[in-house]
Amino acid sequence: MSELNSALEHPQYNYKVVRQFAVMTVVWGIVGMLVGVLLAAQLVWPVLNFDTPWLSFGRLRPLHTNAVIFAFGGCALFSTSLFVVQRTCQARLISDKLAAFVFWGWQLVIVAAVITLPMGLTTSKEYAELEWPIDILITVVWVMYAILFFGTIMKRKTSHIYVANWFFGAFIITVAVLHIINSLAVPVGMFKSYSIYAGTVDAMVQWWYGHNAVGFFLTAGFLGIMYYFVPKQAGRPVYSYRLSIVHFWALIAVYIWAGPHHLHYTALPDWAQSLGMIMSLILLAPSWGGMINGMMTLSGAWDKLRTDPILRFLVVSLSFYGMSTFEGPMMSIKTVNALSHYTDWTIGHVHSGALGWVAMVSIGALYHLLPILFAKQQMYSIPLINVHFWMSTIGTVLYIASMWVNGILQGLMWRAYNQDGTLTYSFVESVEASYSGYLVRLIGGLIFFAGMLVMAYNLWMTARQPQDRSQPVPSAA
Amino acid sequence: MMSSFWSAWIIVLTVVSLAGILWILLANRTAGEQETDRTTGHAADGIEEYDNPLPYWWFLMFLFTIIFGVGYLIAYPGMGNFKGLLGWTQIGQWEKEVAAADERFSGERFAYLAMPIEEVAAVPAAMKMGQRMFANNCASCHGADGKGSYGFPNLTDNDWLYGGEPDAIVATLVHGRKAAMPAWGDVLGDEGVRNVTAYTLSLSGRNVDAEHAAAGKTQYDMFCVACHMPSGEGNPLFGAPNLANGIWLYGGDSMQVSHSIRAGRNGEMPAFADLISEDKIHIISAYVYSLSRSTD
Repeated sequence: MSELNSALEHPQYNYKVVRQFAVMTVVWGIVGMLVGVLLAAQLVWPVLNFDTPWLSFGRLRPLHTNAVIFAFGGCALFSTSLFVVQRTCQARLISDKLAAFVFWGWQLVIVAAVITLPMGLTTSKEYAELEWPIDILITVVWVMYAILFFGTIMKRKTSHIYVANWFFGAFIITVAVLHIINSLAVPVGMFKSYSIYAGTVDAMVQWWYGHNAVGFFLTAGFLGIMYYFVPKQAGRPVYSYRLSIVHFWALIAVYIWAGPHHLHYTALPDWAQSLGMIMSLILLAPSWGGMINGMMTLSGAWDKLRTDPILRFLVVSLSFYGMSTFEGPMMSIKTVNALSHYTDWTIGHVHSGALGWVAMVSIGALYHLLPILFAKQQMYSIPLINVHFWMSTIGTVLYIASMWVNGILQGLMWRAYNQDGTLTYSFVESVEASYSGYLVRLIGGLIFFAGMLVMAYNLWMTARQPQDRSQPVPSAA
Repeated sequence: MMSSFWSAWIIVLTVVSLAGILWILLANRTAGEQETDRTTGHAADGIEEYDNPLPYWWFLMFLFTIIFGVGYLIAYPGMGNFKGLLGWTQIGQWEKEVAAADERFSGERFAYLAMPIEEVAAVPAAMKMGQRMFANNCASCHGADGKGSYGFPNLTDNDWLYGGEPDAIVATLVHGRKAAMPAWGDVLGDEGVRNVTAYTLSLSGRNVDAEHAAAGKTQYDMFCVACHMPSGEGNPLFGAPNLANGIWLYGGDSMQVSHSIRAGRNGEMPAFADLISEDKIHIISAYVYSLSRSTD
């Protein structure tokens, strides 16, 4: 029924694949965050690994990261990009079959990850743990996605390519390059391969990939979401077209250099460390360009924040984005990095981006999108969106604040020394001191996770709502 | 040192990137322009875009980070093989910090190095140092209290695999130890393993099947005696454990003992000669020495 109604309103758009990905965003969000909550609990109560190999921290941690980045974040990006590209190009996706292939192919990748990672099958490359057969599947699906996206851009009925599509386009191209180059490996069996890189080169390629997974998957892609859904939800023009141009080109030109800041004070040559650091610092302004453009788009519409929890999600996500893109360059400075590296500060930084920015902008966009996709007037319950907003915000703040405290505590404990020159603390004493922070982090994560359950309920009830957009509520009865 | 081609490659890429973003920044800025409600004239799905200028503070911030970056690349290594005007290297920084720490702290340590280990073990300040060094280098295997764990020797019980005299302890720390108990399963067979296990347990006065033990003794005297000695007192030359004192590194129940006999054991104490300086090893050795003697 909903298919029919949306077809009547927008005869040319493929909403089916958008809806499939939107629903799976919520599903995989719940799965990935549940694993995250379990991991956080294991750090408080190690007994929770139940002496079971596939429940152990080392195997579940990559499952958590893959599930939240590529399953939750990935589905959000597929859903929104395939929606935005159609709407802003006024063109239907070039092929429904291709769209279906991308959806089912990506779900297959995720299921393969859910099976193989707990089995302990891993390349051991962070955020690229999946073994080579799955890597090949990812490449095929991704190339099809690129054809689908850029093919639709090519047959657009508008003269301009809207800014959101620049970011989606950069994200699609760069992730393809990153994934292929970083995953090059020599297979020695169906489930085992060795990277073609060795030693420091391997580390550098890994973090060139790793940081640009952050830069292009988790930043450029989600800025694409921001550029469509913030002005749409606010009903205001984008603040500055010129700012879009400058910060887009600067962002993609500079981000690709930033990887070496993950390898400060290691065997990586000094020159590479320096370049990684200064490019990370220069990245501050291009990153903030997106925040400014989003925030200033609201000028003249700030009052809407009082009544619109969806807009709250979007605006607060931009605040966390601005905060973590300030924190990132700061942490890339060698002197700061010497304290923060290898501590929980890094985990806090990642989650201020992952929960505060990526998840919240996705959630905001989905609350805008879901009623359209299910051909409903609005979400089943606006107050529940507000409840979800506060749960997400409080959860994120608890998470990152506890990790800041833990990180700085650990960094200072590790470097503290006595009058006689010996280290004041052994490693295990810093672990013991981190205990309360781990507990607060668990509580924060649990609240954020529970918010996703509220969303799932709201989604379920929205999909079941009887009335639809084309028929006003009274006449529907 | 990379070849001059790769050095030039890096320099050109860096300069082109920095110049490119500087150009796009300056090309899109018009000084003194005010905010406007003029739009670009195109709309995407109803979304319009204002033609506002770049925020001035943002422009300045961007410019400043680029200038800082250029300055940093002049002062520090970054542009290929160019070493930077300050001559900074991370290995140089590390060496300087180590030298500074050594100058400040090594006097006390070298004073202890000049003393015999037995005497150092009686100096409370030295033992406080030793305890901290032990916590950071040894405790992950031997435990914070030095009481060891399964497979890791207890250092407090005065039972020594390689000898507990000061020189032996220092030698253990400096060169490490490799203990190799061979696997006897193929030689002895299942029955032989059972019998030798019984005899081994009888050495520490445990109740065992007398018949098995008697049969085991023959094989013990053939295969085991060379290292563990006739009455099981062991031999510190090989690190062969004493089998008669009831202290078991890998557990003393018959399952564990028979496993040791059948499959062998490989214990390894790493060598610290390249990790910790001589003066520190001296103090840690004194601390380890004190662990089994502090209650004397």
